[in-house]
Amino acid sequence: MHTNDKSGIIDSMSDDVSQSESTEADVVGEPGLALARSQAKLAEMAGQHGDSPQSGRRVVFGLEDVSVSYSGMVAIRDVAFDIHENLATAFIGPSGCGKTTLLRSMNRMNDLIQGAEVAGRITYHGQDLFGAGVDAVEVRRRIGMVFQRPNPFPKSIYDNVAFGLRIHGMKDNLSDRVEQALRHAALWDEVKDRLKHSALSLSGGQQQRLCIARALAIEPDVILMDEPASALDPVATLAIEDLVGVLKNDYTIVIVTHNMQQAARVADMTAFFSVDADEKTGNRSGVLVESGPTSDLFIRPSDPRTEAYVTGRFG
Amino acid sequence: MLVLALVMVLLVWNVVDQARPSISEFGVGFLTGTEWNAVTDKFGALDLICGTLATSLIALLIAVPIAIAIALFLTELAPAVLRTPVGMLVELLAAIPSVVLGLWGIVVMGPFLNDHVEPWMISHLGFIPFLDGYPSPVGLLPACLILTIMIVPIVASISRELLSSVPSDLKAGAMALGATRWEMVRRVALPQVGAGLVAGTMLGFARAVGEAIAVTQVIGGSLVRPQNLYAPADTMAGRLAAQYSGAATALQKASLAYLAVILLVISLITNLIANLIVRRMRRRLGTP
Repeated sequence: MHTNDKSGIIDSMSDDVSQSESTEADVVGEPGLALARSQAKLAEMAGQHGDSPQSGRRVVFGLEDVSVSYSGMVAIRDVAFDIHENLATAFIGPSGCGKTTLLRSMNRMNDLIQGAEVAGRITYHGQDLFGAGVDAVEVRRRIGMVFQRPNPFPKSIYDNVAFGLRIHGMKDNLSDRVEQALRHAALWDEVKDRLKHSALSLSGGQQQRLCIARALAIEPDVILMDEPASALDPVATLAIEDLVGVLKNDYTIVIVTHNMQQAARVADMTAFFSVDADEKTGNRSGVLVESGPTSDLFIRPSDPRTEAYVTGRFG
Repeated sequence: MLVLALVMVLLVWNVVDQARPSISEFGVGFLTGTEWNAVTDKFGALDLICGTLATSLIALLIAVPIAIAIALFLTELAPAVLRTPVGMLVELLAAIPSVVLGLWGIVVMGPFLNDHVEPWMISHLGFIPFLDGYPSPVGLLPACLILTIMIVPIVASISRELLSSVPSDLKAGAMALGATRWEMVRRVALPQVGAGLVAGTMLGFARAVGEAIAVTQVIGGSLVRPQNLYAPADTMAGRLAAQYSGAATALQKASLAYLAVILLVISLITNLIANLIVRRMRRRLGTP
């Protein structure tokens, strides 16, 4: 009974994906492989319910009634949930639901946008991220970020990875640290013979892994990923997803994606956001619909909106 | 395109043609001659060349850091409401006719320098050669500062264009690695536009070298070599503008045209060097 249910969901999910969600992973290349993986992952997770992935893990981020607005326009409001250590947590939801905005508040990248304001509380290991005396620069050193489009600097591969190390004075064993970071990002074997070449000579997928290596080099605690594979081909996408699976052993990962299969493949925990019109003003803003173990969200969603989204009825 | 090239060639040929009597009389020695005497009909350009290079380079030295600082302020630090008005103000500065700027130099800046700045410099910096001497309302220093005021808006607006063209995802990439804004500017934004900044600086230099009116108004038009930064001096462009219509002899006229030839050569060399630097920097960075 339960199994039937699940396969039904997944079938309709993949239908939706191949039609509307234009993520390259599912349209070109090897849709079979990607699909098989997400199905296998969900099946695996469905088998282990009762033992939630977050149980016994420390809370890294605590979000308490977080709202983010730009010049008074609320982008996302009243978000409350926890993000746990050494897990991959996915933010999913339709465009405009504020998931990227929320992510950018978690390493205070939003500070750089004029008019951006965070209300409520975001704690990081119990400490208020926006509290007095918290240095945004230090926050960003501890909480790394990978962007939607690969954005390597127009420097050599080596200098890209060494960039953060140099500005933070981590110059002892520079070459070792660079190698280590490239190995962690599963890029070392591909670039070890051309470290002095321009980073722009790499393929898109390699550039994105270089950006991950660049973030890993300065030994962060958390990696925030903003749709890291949305500009990549299917093979490169799977490489990034595999990497997430490995990296979460050492880091806490938060990944924004609008590709639900990707969330199913890589995330232990998922938060689903939607767009809601405010009853009083009619302004539309993002809200958290539900969050929890990925398998729960996909297989036993507690909110009808989540079910509608994961089964492909909207979004 | 062809018409432009033709006009250029004709112009250069015409200037060289006018300078011919002086070229055949003094030859290359004109460049090292220090006398400028209409009575004995002896002309040499060394002091004028030095005057031009000194005023332009000093002006550049002061103007470029100020201009880049303004550009950085406008692109990185200024709140959005300030960006447009301040940017327009800077560009407006470039629109002031140089003769008006020169007039202000005579009436306001010269006396101010003479009364306040130069005495202070002499008593505090007088131990440095060339900075000791007597204050003067006209001279090298006011000329340098007038040129500075003229170059700043040019270099600032070019730098601003360049800096605002730096992709925002590169800046975000640096900031996300825990770079401060200054580290981001120094290690990502400035290297990214370095070649353009050099080109902009060269443009400012060419402007300073060629400026005649405002310089003539404040530099004092001296026929004697200046002994210090405050003393009256002259530049090639200044001498050309001041004396051409009143030239006493045909050879003086030809010598002034010879100055024009030198100015043309200097701007040509400046342009070539700028091109070379830009090309080399681009190749090194691999950026367009």
